[in-house]
Amino acid sequence: MSSLLSVRDLKVGFGPRPESNEVVHGVSFDLAPGETLAIVGESGSGKSVTSMAVNRLIDFGGGRITSGSAAFTRADGSTIDLARAEERQLEGIRGREIGMIFQEPMTSLNPVLSIGTQIEEVFRVHFAMSGTEAKTAAREALERVRIPDAARRLTYAPHQLSGGMLQRVMIAIALASNPRLLIADEPTTALDVTIQAQIMGLLSEMKRETGTGMIFITHDIGLVAGFADRVMVMQQGEVVEQGMLDAVLDNPQHDYTKHLLNAVPHFSDGRSVRHDMQRDADSRRVLEVEDLTVRFPVRAGLLKRQTGNVHAVEGVGFDLMQGETLGIVGESGSGKSTTARAILDLVRPTKGRIRAEGLAGAVSDRPVQMVFQNPNASLNPRLTVKQLLAEPLIAVRRRIDAEAVSRMVMLLDRVGLPADSLARYPHEFSGGQRQRLCIARALMLNPSILVLDEAVSALDVSVQAKVLDLLIDLQNEFGLAYLFVTHDMAVVERIAHRIAVVYAGQIVEIGPTSEVLANPRHDYTRQLIRAVPSLDRRHSDYGIDLTEIPSLVRPVGWEPEAARYESAGADHLVRAGA
Amino acid sequence: MSLLRDLLRHPSGRIGLIITVLFLLAAVAGKAGLSPFDPLAQDRLARLQAPSASHLFGTDMFGRDVLSRLMVGVAQSFIVSFFSVAVATLAGTVLGLTAAWYGGLWDGIVMRLMDVLLAFPAILLALLIIAIMGPSGWTSILAIAIVYTPIFTRVVRGPALSLKRRDFVDAARSFGSSRRYIMSRHLALNLVAPLTVQITLALAWALITEAGLSFLGLGTQPPQASLGLMLADARNLMEMAPWLLLVPAVALSFAVLGFNLLGDALRDLLDPKTRRALA
Amino acid sequence: MPYPLKRLLAFPLVMFGVSVFVFIAIRLVPGDAITAMLGTESGLLTPAQREALTAYFGLDQNIFVQFWRWLAGVVQGDFGISTTYGQPVLRVIFDHFPLTLELAVLSMLLSLVIGLPAGIYAATHKDRPGDLAVRVIAMLGQSTPGFVVGLLLIFSLSVFFGVLPRMGSFVPFRQDPVGNLAQMILPALTLGTAFAAAVIRVSRSAMLDILSEDYVRTARSKGLSRRRVIWRHALPNALIPLVTLSGVEFGYLLGGAVLVEQIFALPGLGRVVLDAIQQRDYALVQGTILFIAFNFMVVNLLVDLAYAALDPRIRFETK
Repeated sequence: MSSLLSVRDLKVGFGPRPESNEVVHGVSFDLAPGETLAIVGESGSGKSVTSMAVNRLIDFGGGRITSGSAAFTRADGSTIDLARAEERQLEGIRGREIGMIFQEPMTSLNPVLSIGTQIEEVFRVHFAMSGTEAKTAAREALERVRIPDAARRLTYAPHQLSGGMLQRVMIAIALASNPRLLIADEPTTALDVTIQAQIMGLLSEMKRETGTGMIFITHDIGLVAGFADRVMVMQQGEVVEQGMLDAVLDNPQHDYTKHLLNAVPHFSDGRSVRHDMQRDADSRRVLEVEDLTVRFPVRAGLLKRQTGNVHAVEGVGFDLMQGETLGIVGESGSGKSTTARAILDLVRPTKGRIRAEGLAGAVSDRPVQMVFQNPNASLNPRLTVKQLLAEPLIAVRRRIDAEAVSRMVMLLDRVGLPADSLARYPHEFSGGQRQRLCIARALMLNPSILVLDEAVSALDVSVQAKVLDLLIDLQNEFGLAYLFVTHDMAVVERIAHRIAVVYAGQIVEIGPTSEVLANPRHDYTRQLIRAVPSLDRRHSDYGIDLTEIPSLVRPVGWEPEAARYESAGADHLVRAGA
Repeated sequence: MSLLRDLLRHPSGRIGLIITVLFLLAAVAGKAGLSPFDPLAQDRLARLQAPSASHLFGTDMFGRDVLSRLMVGVAQSFIVSFFSVAVATLAGTVLGLTAAWYGGLWDGIVMRLMDVLLAFPAILLALLIIAIMGPSGWTSILAIAIVYTPIFTRVVRGPALSLKRRDFVDAARSFGSSRRYIMSRHLALNLVAPLTVQITLALAWALITEAGLSFLGLGTQPPQASLGLMLADARNLMEMAPWLLLVPAVALSFAVLGFNLLGDALRDLLDPKTRRALA
Repeated sequence: MPYPLKRLLAFPLVMFGVSVFVFIAIRLVPGDAITAMLGTESGLLTPAQREALTAYFGLDQNIFVQFWRWLAGVVQGDFGISTTYGQPVLRVIFDHFPLTLELAVLSMLLSLVIGLPAGIYAATHKDRPGDLAVRVIAMLGQSTPGFVVGLLLIFSLSVFFGVLPRMGSFVPFRQDPVGNLAQMILPALTLGTAFAAAVIRVSRSAMLDILSEDYVRTARSKGLSRRRVIWRHALPNALIPLVTLSGVEFGYLLGGAVLVEQIFALPGLGRVVLDAIQQRDYALVQGTILFIAFNFMVVNLLVDLAYAALDPRIRFETK
């Protein structure tokens, strides 16, 4: 087998003494032409460093290859060891024979240069094209990634395009010269699920068309199930397992691979839902939301006259029982977070009714508490844990007495943090621990309802699983009701008893989790489920669906028709006619 | 105290701290009357003496001891700088914080007012104020304070606006925390770091401005000593008595250097990320 | 609304605010305006003369009427009469402003020509000896007040070369370009020191920030040469903070000219302001400061417009 890339015992370190600060400890793998290798791992596994060592971009990030080789077969048949190549040689290879796309499309394009200039550059530098010739080539490259109206879009600045569009531009740049190898470093992580599906569809089509070899880096083993030929699993700078896709997925050898496959939430079409809570006549309703509507004024012109409204949330209604979890699922801009914030009174609803009921032993008249997405941002870095946990009490004018401190200690213990945490600062904890801290803080006032806004989305996948388990335990122990807002279908499947799917500010489908996920009725729900990467649907390809989310801006005074819902089974409602 | 330890470990922080402490000691000693000679005492017999063992930095045209005058001059310059920066910090923090928090009309009024003040080149604004009130040390304090107030207002308002949108402020609001609590606990506390940096750098600018005003004869008035006045006096004698020029010139530059080094070090230590926001 | 347009609309408002400020400031001078204007000579006035003057200057009207009259005059270019020069204020300004403007522009050019390459060099050679040297020089430049630099320059010239820069009279550029530049180079260096230091520091730190941006990594992944990455991708982004700096610093240069003109005995507008303050010639103080503030504001407006040209994000931003 002639190999495209053959990496042997690659070691990479950082800083002035890279040997003593090694982050990749001897990685070896082979890639045949046209083959796709998925490198799977969590943050700190060394997967990105490995991939950037291949085209030697780590040189610019303070990294250095300390030993090992990376033999790359060039288009002319010669072989070059990339680990030892001169910068001059590398310049001829990068962008010409090895293309790369990155995680954040929003920041990966130069903000002051037009899209066209940035694509043309590849043709100018590597193919000595100029003027019209380069422009035409750039337009064709853009058309190849299915960007409509390519000629006009070439003149756009990056900030004028959406994240999904920009990632397609990045693909156009990376594939402009038909490279023999494409390195994709978590190219869909920053994008919505349906956009992710678009990009994955596009990448697999391009792969078929151009026959390029690919290294695809991801933290989500489910994402590559339908995509990769071979899988390499990394943990803390070491390769723990590698092999053909089916072999690794069906018969994992290493414990960590098994853990990634089994302990981490994977979407399974509604088969792994909870069955620990059934609504019945005795169920106590703790939250009722009716006709919740949130509109933000759009102002324009000299006098800042209101020209319209963003209809962020429109006529949303649901209820929540004690001990129950309602998952609110949607993509960015769907209004799911605004709904959560309106219930907490962090944004003022335009209309609607919210009624929340406290528990018997509640400490305050605020029965709803919230946990935010990013635990780093939601803890003031300059306060100690004790001061942080005291905040809710101070807000309701409670004294911080021995009783309060004992509650702090109890909750810390309950969320799995050591009792001596009280005097420490947030930065002394890991991401998962900080989110536990946020949960403890939210429980200080003994609320009846916890609103969890993407509460596990910022965490590593294996930490996610543990925090979800903790949340389920706490729910059962304290009889909490959860409003779990998320974009992640795999997560919501594990924690929600019921699901509400929101799209463009409205609920399009609501019902028991197993029903909605296994038997989706609304078109959007189906589209969403189809877009979710899944271990089950291995080898099924992503189609290319280029639908964009409609604008939510409407003229002043515009009132939408009240949504009508049809019953699709017990407690299962589907929006009619849209 | 860990900050002090970090400063001493930071190369420019260490040098800055040493310089600043030395100048502070000299200033305090000068104010406390510990200078080798009476800084105002004239000695006609000892005019324009070159540096020697008895007059370390020589004497000026009235036979006054240059070292002694330098000590009280540094004290005078530091006093004006400290007071003016203190006033500017206080005013700027209150204005910037309230503008960011309340927004709307109040924000508009405050920021337009600051725009007006910023429309004047700094030293001209100071000159205008001095023209109205007449030159003196106190006028200098007021003038420099007014010049720097808009800068502090902006330095506070920008970060305060972004802090206001941070999740921990939302979290506090979700508990029902009072505005006053959020402003003091979440906004002000997190502004201490950028303000510390800005105060240090402003002290350096204030020293320069004060010296410039005195040099023009519009700051500290003779026979009081100040670095700017000493430089002005040296102008016509620089060939005959170069020490009269070099001593205050080096002293002034080093005093400014001390604060600049300290400010840079603090910026590195406290806020690597706000570097751009303050530039 | 596009950002530049917004700035354009705010401009007259701030200008009006500046006028009110200057007007009120001058009214705050203790004592009545006639005494303030004429100084000790006002003692020689008869009551009738004093009354006539009061009426002539409209000082018997209420403050709003006075302000409107004054503003209407200013709009038409009538800034009043300077008592020290015995000429219309605007005439005095136009006689002396060209020198100050030349000084400011020259030192700005010098600073950018020296500072920008030095800053880029330091950023691309981070933590190597060259970078360290540039940083030390920038730190010293930032810490030495301009007028001290000027004094030291004059001192070294006279001690080591036995010459003094030409002082007192001024050779306009149009009459004798070489003589003019020979005379202006030292003052421009003096005035530009602090600015050059700031240019070095800002361009270095901007460049360092930008070189670690994602889009620079993308540029490198495209196989672009080091030079192309720096000049084509990084530099345009680094110019954005430099443009801001230049706008702000232009004001400092106009202000710093007061000191530099004093040291080098140049008859520029800075000297006029200083003399006016010392002579208590309030019409002149008012007029010159307003004029300089106006120029500063125009420059800042141009800076805002230059922004939009440099950064497409601002062209469309509505904030």
